[in-house]
Order: sequence, then structure tokens, then C-alpha cells
Amino acid sequence: MTNTVTKEPLNYLNHETGLWSWLTSTDHKRIGLLYMYSITVFFCVAAILGLLMRIEKMAPGQTIMTAQTYNGMFTIHGIIMIFIVVIPGLAAVFGNIFLPIMIGAKDVAFPKLNLFSWYLFMTGAMLGLYSQFANGHSPDTGWTFYVPYSAEASSNVVVALTAAFVLGFASILTGLNFIVTIHRMRAPGMTWFRMPLFPWSLYATAWIQLLATPIVGITLLMVIAERTLHIGFFDPSLGGDPVLYQHLFWIYSHPAVYVMILPAMGVVTEIFPTFSQKPVFGYVPIVFSSMAIALVGYFVWGHHMFTSGMSYESRWFFSFLTFLVAIPSAIKVFNWLSTMYGGSVDLKPPLLFAISFIFLFTIGGFTGLALGSLATNIQLHNTEFVVAHFHYIIFGGMGFAFFAAIHYWFPKIYGRMYSFKWANISWGFLFVGFNLLYFPLFIVGIQGMPRRYFDYDPKFQLGEALSTIGAFILIIGLIGMITNLIYHSRRGAIAPANPWHGVTLEWQIPSPPPHENFDEIPVITHEPYRFDHPHTN
Amino acid sequence: METLFNQGSNLAGAVDRAFIFIFAISFIFTIGITVLMIYILIHFSRKKNKNPQQFSHNTRLEVIWTVVPLIIVLVMFYYGWVGFAPMRQVPKDAMPITVIGKMWTWDFDYGNGKISKELVVPYNRNVKLNLVSVDVNHSLFIPAFRVKEDVIPGYNNYLWFKPIMKGTFDIYCSEYCGLAHSAMLAKAVVVDSLDFDKWLADLQVTGNLPDHPGLVVMQANTCLTCHTLDGTKVIGPTFKGLYGRKTTVVTESGEKEVEANDDYIIRSIEDPNSEVVKGYNRGLMQPYKDKISQEDLQKIVDYFKTNAAK
Repeated sequence: MTNTVTKEPLNYLNHETGLWSWLTSTDHKRIGLLYMYSITVFFCVAAILGLLMRIEKMAPGQTIMTAQTYNGMFTIHGIIMIFIVVIPGLAAVFGNIFLPIMIGAKDVAFPKLNLFSWYLFMTGAMLGLYSQFANGHSPDTGWTFYVPYSAEASSNVVVALTAAFVLGFASILTGLNFIVTIHRMRAPGMTWFRMPLFPWSLYATAWIQLLATPIVGITLLMVIAERTLHIGFFDPSLGGDPVLYQHLFWIYSHPAVYVMILPAMGVVTEIFPTFSQKPVFGYVPIVFSSMAIALVGYFVWGHHMFTSGMSYESRWFFSFLTFLVAIPSAIKVFNWLSTMYGGSVDLKPPLLFAISFIFLFTIGGFTGLALGSLATNIQLHNTEFVVAHFHYIIFGGMGFAFFAAIHYWFPKIYGRMYSFKWANISWGFLFVGFNLLYFPLFIVGIQGMPRRYFDYDPKFQLGEALSTIGAFILIIGLIGMITNLIYHSRRGAIAPANPWHGVTLEWQIPSPPPHENFDEIPVITHEPYRFDHPHTN
Repeated sequence: METLFNQGSNLAGAVDRAFIFIFAISFIFTIGITVLMIYILIHFSRKKNKNPQQFSHNTRLEVIWTVVPLIIVLVMFYYGWVGFAPMRQVPKDAMPITVIGKMWTWDFDYGNGKISKELVVPYNRNVKLNLVSVDVNHSLFIPAFRVKEDVIPGYNNYLWFKPIMKGTFDIYCSEYCGLAHSAMLAKAVVVDSLDFDKWLADLQVTGNLPDHPGLVVMQANTCLTCHTLDGTKVIGPTFKGLYGRKTTVVTESGEKEVEANDDYIIRSIEDPNSEVVKGYNRGLMQPYKDKISQEDLQKIVDYFKTNAAK
């Protein structure tokens, strides 16, 4: 050990080398990076599929692919993006790397289980891809696998649900690991209300992962029982109920939306105080709004089914609850603005992405109200308005928060700094491209353009063509951003331990962190966001 | 004539009021939040403000921004509810029409065997649509009327409206239903009551479609979703002028030229993927061997023969 001659001090990246040391590492930081690299590859594949779909819709009729190919493509795009990219995304990557450090622990509670979760995740991801190509043709059910179509289309739906089940298990185990870590491994003196807000958001998320994900398993068992034993659960030809499937699907898949957005909120809640050098405004309300979102989020799944033939009473009740879940999100937006207000605001790339998150998430949230309202939902349900809305939430929200997070923690993870200039230029392409890509879809959606349409009425062409141009601009931004980060992860200037003057624990240790994070476990004596006026003259 | 935001039914007004209220509030708040954010970035920039204040609470402000949004969303909920409630209360005098959704076409059944491919409805009269699916989930969507309800096998879903504007309006399927989902279209035609009565009286009992037996077989097997009769290229080659046409087909062993005669037509139906017309994709059409009887195949061939000039 000590006889190794090295210029750099030992850290988690260089204390062991070789592929094998990564594939067998139980270090939470290395596992976080394994997730990040695998998720990035899947994201790029699905983003390219998205671009191809946009090119197809540049003009009505067939342009570059057949209807069958298009239908298969939006199915794979959805499955990869939802189950493999956005649901694990922030929690598995930045949660793994920073949760233990931010609460002053040397690792998560169950490091081996953590590594096992990554292998489960990869198994599920591979099964998911296999389900798309098994039996010689890619299924075309959409990522929602609605029966009876999915039951008649091909037997791949069982494989696809198994993939969701295995991915779900990775998610459950990560959630369990985080819950135990947060309960048992906080540093001495770190009471619940001295815990930073990113760990709090992961805590709320972990409970959803733990409690909602098993529903997917139950649904899978029912589908298998139906197909092999011919017990009619969902298939009307066996006396089953197709709408029951939709209920079970959304009981999991709606809380899954909060699995991705809560950590995103947690990330920006770290960034605003750091770049304003000012404590988080309304720490306790932010904690309780996270828990409220996690709780109420369980009871709003019916808003995906307002036109399914549910009873009148369930329609208005689900609509009512949906409006209530908007309040905690609104509170958070006001808290973020107030955190910056009066601060010393430094518009570096992480903050640029974080304020873009507020803007895009606000648009996503308000358009969600138009979807939650019964009368307007009737017009908007299953139109491209919905597509635009959830891309504003998932990509504009979770995606931009992910970009903010990587620009924020990059110097800590790699000990090097990226180019601010290239980060800002890439941001420009991403932000303009994003809005041009998705905003026109709101308009054509209100006019009645249904989603999952291979071909369309020429009256929608202006909006569709603008959207396609936006997709190209967005892809340029993505290439710029990823290139900047990959290049500078090895060749960037050496970053100081605390380049942004952050006050949470991860900024108090060297960059990159040592193998076991802390030489000495810190003792916490005060609340997390106390700034010592570093810029006071 | 259809414009983009027609209020074609009695239900549209209340829906649009909910739209306007929600979008107006959303617009004001989004602009407000954005302007405030830009103001903060400029006014409190690190260059101008080196001494960050350290406040972190303001109970009065926090109560205000919890209660005010709560009231606003409850009003939004109310507008949505009052716009929606009438959609579930069907007037007793509403004229029932059964809508049959199947991959990938709509049939509108007026009773007594009268089936139309267009939804013709009388102006200013209440109409109830009973929604029936014979295969998978569909959803009947008439944007101009602001109505939509899923068409689910085994469910007796319904919707109703009173058309208050004459003209022709688009009908879409808005629940994904497979290959030709985006081609599952129809028109709603609103006509005067007298014209409607005359149209309904003239509607033939087997439907108002050309009734060559070969064409009936093809409609029953949804051939015409992918193959047009008017020369338009969609998913498969058009049937226009098919009989006797010479085309290049791609087989496993390469390309060859064939003439569309009796044998070829039957072969292409029973085993479509062995010879695929050049420029089209293999594997999109299922083999119909043993699914269409020899007698019916002859009817189809006969249809092409007699319509070869068309």
C-alpha cells in the first residue's frame, strides 16, 4: 500500500484500479458511478430513439420509418427512459455517492446489498431490452402495457413485466438501504432536523420505493396466472376487467413519478443556498412538503384514468386529491426563490441549471393542473399536451436537476473542474432546444392531436415541425454537455475541495473523497445551512 | 368549416371557461415567478451584493403562500367539476347511437341494422353514444365537441352531447390500439333535423357502403386500413388498378417481376411475407391462410377483376 509511488493522494478512484475492482466494489461512491455510467448509456440510446421519432413526425405520412417501427420505438423509448433512467436516476447515482457523506457516514448500512442492487438493476435493464427483441419482433404496446392489446400483441409482456419487477427489486433494496442508513448511521449530533435536505428528499423517496413498488410484482403474478392458468383478471374474453389492470399499473406508476421528482427537488434545494451563500428558506416546511408529496402521491393515481369509465364519484375525488398534491410543490418553489432573495447570488452553471429547473417545473406543474381538472382533462387526455406536460416534469424537472447535480458535484466526484464556458453554451442549446421541442406540443394537444400518432392531420404540421427542429437543437446541447464533462473528468484543472463554498459535509472532505469518506467521523453541532459570510468585506 | 377552437357542442362552453381560468392563472404565476427570478439574479448578484442576508423564516409569508395557492386550486377544481358534471347526466330524450370500435375503424349503429361509417347527427338534438369495443381499448374523441371516453371491451361506457354548430368535425381514436391507431379516424357530420331524418331513412340496412361481396370480405378483415382504394400510399400498396398490374416483389432469393393475377392475389393474402412489393416492409401483415375461406378469397379476386379499370 504505502510503497506505491503516486503523485495524487489516495482516494476512492485510485486506491484500487482495474475493471474488476469496480465490478466488485462495495464502496457507495463507486456504485454510484457504476449507476451513472450505465444510466448515461441507456439515456443516450433512448434519446436517439426520441430524435428519430421526431424526424418521422416532421411531416404527415411516412417519412423515415413505418408505423410498426414508430410504434415499437415509442415503446422502447418509454421503457428505457422511465424504468431504467428516470426512476433510478438521481437516487441511485447522487443518492449513493452523497447520502452517506452528507450524513457523516462511511458507507450505506448494507454495502454488499448495495452492489447487489446494481447487478439486479443491470439484469432488469437487460431483460427489458430483451423483451423488446424477443420472438423476432419488437412489441408495440407502449410503456404502459395496457391490456387487452398487450395480452394479444405478444407474450413479451410477461418478460417486460418481469424486467419491471427485477428493476423494481433493485429500487426496493436501494430504498430499504437508504432508510436504514438514514435511521442508523447519521453522525453524532446530526438530529433529524440537522440533516441536509437532499438526504431528506431521499428518505421520502425511499419510503415510496419500498411501499409502492411491490404492486408491480403483484400485477406480474396476476398477468402470469392469467396467461398460464387462464384465470380471468384483466382479459375480458376470460371474464376479466381491463380497467383493473390500469388501476394496478398506476397505483405503482404514479408514485414512481414522485420517486424521480423528489430527489430532483432535493438536489436544487442544496444548490440554491450554496450559490446564494444563504440558509435554505423554510427548512421545516420543505421537509414536511416532501413527506406530504410522498403520502398524498399514493392516492392520485386515478387521474390517469378520467376517461376510462370510472364512476363519477371516483373521478371528482381523484381530481380533488390531485389539486391538493400541487400545494407542497408550490410551497417549494416559493421557498427556493426566497432562499436566493437577499443572498449573494453567483450564476455558475449548477445554478443556471437549477433556475431552469424552476422555470420548466413551474410550466410542467401548471399544465398538470389543466390535466387534473375534470372538464379540461376530457379534452387533453391522451393528446400531445400530456406528452409535453410529462416531458416538462420528467425531463425539464428531473433531467435538468440531474444536469444541475452533475455540474454541482462534478469537482467533488472527480477532483477536477469542467469548462464553465462550454457548460454555459451547452445549457443555451439545451434550454432553447427543450422549449422548442416540447412547447408546441401543448398547442397541438389542445387542438386535439392525440399522442402515439404515427400519422397526423396536416393542420398540426407547424407545431410538429417546430418540435422536430427543437429536438435537433436539444441533441446538440446534450453532445456539448456530455463532451465537456467526459473530457474534463480526466483533463480538467484540479478542483479545490470546496469550490462553491458549500457548507454541507461533502464539501468539508478532500476532492475526490478518500475511500472511507472521513478520517474521523464528524460531530454535528448545528443546523446544516449556516454560512459564515465568506464574502463579508 | 372547422376552425381550431370551435365550440361544436353544448358542453364546450363550460370546458373552455375552465381552460381560460386555469391557463390565465398559470400564465400570470409563471410570468411572475420568472420575472422575480430574473430580478433576484440581477439585483442580488454576487458582484452587487457581497453580504448575503441570513434570514430563513417568515411565518406570515409562508402562511400566505400556502393558503392563497390552496384557494386558487380549489377554485380550479370547482371550474373543472362544473364543466364535467353535465357530461355524466344524459338527458332522457337523447337519441342513442351505438359506436363500435374495432382495429382500426369506427362503425356507427343507428339500430335496425343501419350502420354508417360517418357519425351523422341532427343539429341541436341530444345524442347519446354507447361505446362498444369488439377487440382492444379505444377512445372516442371529438375535439370540437370537447368529448372523449374510452371504448373498452366489456364496459358499457357512454358519452353525450348536443351539437350546436353545423358542419363536419374530426373524430380520433385517442387510446393506443396498435399498428394503424393513427388511421382510426372518422367524421362527425352535423346536419339539420329534416336532412338527418332523410339521411337516416335512406341509409341502407347493411350500411351505406358499396356492397360488392369481395369488398365486404375485405372490410370485415380490415384490409382497407393499410391498403387504400384511391391510390394513396399508406402502410401497404394501394388496391387501385391492382388486377393485371406488373410489380416488382422481393422474395427470399431476390427480386422478381410478377403480374397481379388470381394466383398472385390469393398468394399475397395467404402468405403475404413470401413476396413483398418492393418499397414496403416485410412482417407487417399477418398470413390469412385458413382465416379467409376459399369462397371469400374468390369474392375478393372477383372484386379486383371487376374493378380493374378503376
